[in-house]
Amino acid sequence: MNTLVRENHSNASNGERAAEQFIAPAATVLENAEGYTLEVEMPGVSKENLEMWVENNELTIVGRRSIPSVEGTLLHRESRQENFRRAFELDPSIDAEKIRAKIEQGVVTLTLPKAEQVKPRKISVA
Amino acid sequence: MSLIRYQTPNSVMWPSLNRWASLRDDLDTLLELPFLTGSGRQTQLFSGWTPALDLYQNADNVVAIVELPGMRKEDIEISLQDGMLTIAGERKDESGEENGATRTERFTGKFRRSITLPTRVDANKVNAIYKHGILTVTLPKAEEAKPKQIQVNVS
Repeated sequence: MNTLVRENHSNASNGERAAEQFIAPAATVLENAEGYTLEVEMPGVSKENLEMWVENNELTIVGRRSIPSVEGTLLHRESRQENFRRAFELDPSIDAEKIRAKIEQGVVTLTLPKAEQVKPRKISVA
Repeated sequence: MSLIRYQTPNSVMWPSLNRWASLRDDLDTLLELPFLTGSGRQTQLFSGWTPALDLYQNADNVVAIVELPGMRKEDIEISLQDGMLTIAGERKDESGEENGATRTERFTGKFRRSITLPTRVDANKVNAIYKHGILTVTLPKAEEAKPKQIQVNVS
C-alpha cells in the first residue's frame, strides 16, 4: 500500500476545536512520477481563511467560509454553513518540506513532491 | 472446450490489492461525505454534479448563490427565460494523461440547474459575480413586482 495519500479519519480532539462541526470537502488525488497533486474543493474560502499544517506525517487542511451575505428572506437553501476540514496521511515518499499550495476559485491545489531518492531512476549498464 | 480464451492474469497482484484498499477508503469517505448528513442533495450521488444553490429575496432583488468551485468564468452560462433562472456550465478534466488518479471525488463534466423565480425580474439588469468559487447572481425585481406603499387618503 505504498501509493496513496491516504485520508486520516482520526479526529484530532484538541480542546476548543472539538466542539466545532466541520464537513469534509471533496478531494481528488492525482499521482505521477514526480509526486502527488491534491485538489480540495472549498467554495467560499479565500486565501486568508485557509489554514494547513503537517504534523506527525499528517496533512490537515482547514478552510473557513466567507459566504456572501444577502439581506432578505431565504427562500431555498442547499448549501452547508459548516467550515471545511480534512486530514490526509502522507505517504513516506513525500518530501513534506516541499509541499506547495495555492487556492483559486475555491479549489485548493497542493503539490506534494516525492523525495529525490524514491523517484524512478533509470540505471544504465556500464 | 472453453468459452473464454484463457488470458494471462494481469501479472502483478499488488495493484489489485491496492484497489481493495482504495475501495475501503472510498467506503470510509462515503460515510463522511456531506450528502449523507445534508438534506435534499442525495441525488448528486447518481446524477453527476448538482451544485448547491441558495435563493434569497429582499425588497429590491432576488439573489441566487451557487457553489461552483474551480470553474473558469467563461464556462459558466446564465440564462433567464419565462421566469426561470438557469445556470449551466462545464468543468473540464485538466488532470492530464500522465497523472493517475488514486481518488476522484471532484466532479467533472456538465451541470445544469434551473429555478423558478418568485417574482418578475428585470432581465436587462441582472448582475453576476464569481468569487472564491461562488457565483452570486443578483436579479433586480421588475418595477411592478416591488412592494409599494399605498397611501390611504381619508376623505
